[in-house]
Amino acid sequence: MADVIEVNCTTNEVTIRPQTAEEIAAAEAAAAQAAADKAAADAAEKAKADAKAAAIAKLAALGLTADEVAALTA
Amino acid sequence: MATSTYNLIASQVVGSGGASAITFSSIPQTYTDLLLKISARMAPNTTGEYIQMSFNGVTTNLSSKILYGYTTNASSYNESSVLALGIFPGVGTTSNTFGTSETYIPNYTSSNYKSVSTDEVSENNSSSTNAAYQYLIAGLWSSTAAITSITLSAQTTSILQYSTFYLYGIKNS
Repeated sequence: MADVIEVNCTTNEVTIRPQTAEEIAAAEAAAAQAAADKAAADAAEKAKADAKAAAIAKLAALGLTADEVAALTA
Repeated sequence: MATSTYNLIASQVVGSGGASAITFSSIPQTYTDLLLKISARMAPNTTGEYIQMSFNGVTTNLSSKILYGYTTNASSYNESSVLALGIFPGVGTTSNTFGTSETYIPNYTSSNYKSVSTDEVSENNSSSTNAAYQYLIAGLWSSTAAITSITLSAQTTSILQYSTFYLYGIKNS
């Protein structure tokens, strides 16, 4: 893992140091949470798109034309 | 008429070793708002990864609402415990491309909870479908403490050389 760059805004001193164990643990936890939240959002979006596609297929199976389906789903 | 100031507080260009995080510490408490401008490229060999923001060395009480989009999709979701600033391009994208963002933090010294707004684009210099992401993020740090330091962390790997971070202070009068 790369180092941490710390810039002191009052003195302009720049310190480069290794990440602490606590910082590594916090970053890993945050990364896992961010990935889980994004995956959940993507899954919800896919489920919504799949449901829409299934509904359109059922409308077509009932005999609606593509234009009629488009008018309903626009 | 009130005058305003817009001053560069500090900046950092990442060196050849990269960085897992950038911290701006001992932020002066003399401004009204803060503005952070980032241009960054990330280490993973993918389309990219998040830069995550935290304050005062604390990574709790953070949350955000995210609206994002790319060529074929647009969506939104909540981050329950993370304040991510969007996906910055990784080495799997076009060489030498950097994502850019602006983050505004009003009233950073107040005793109210701290709101954060960010816009970010992961540039890829490509016209291909889904080549670039765009993010609008409303973030919140549910703390009454004044912000004295800001940490920008790579999600899982590191921030690459030539990435730049500029922190500005804005004062109303």
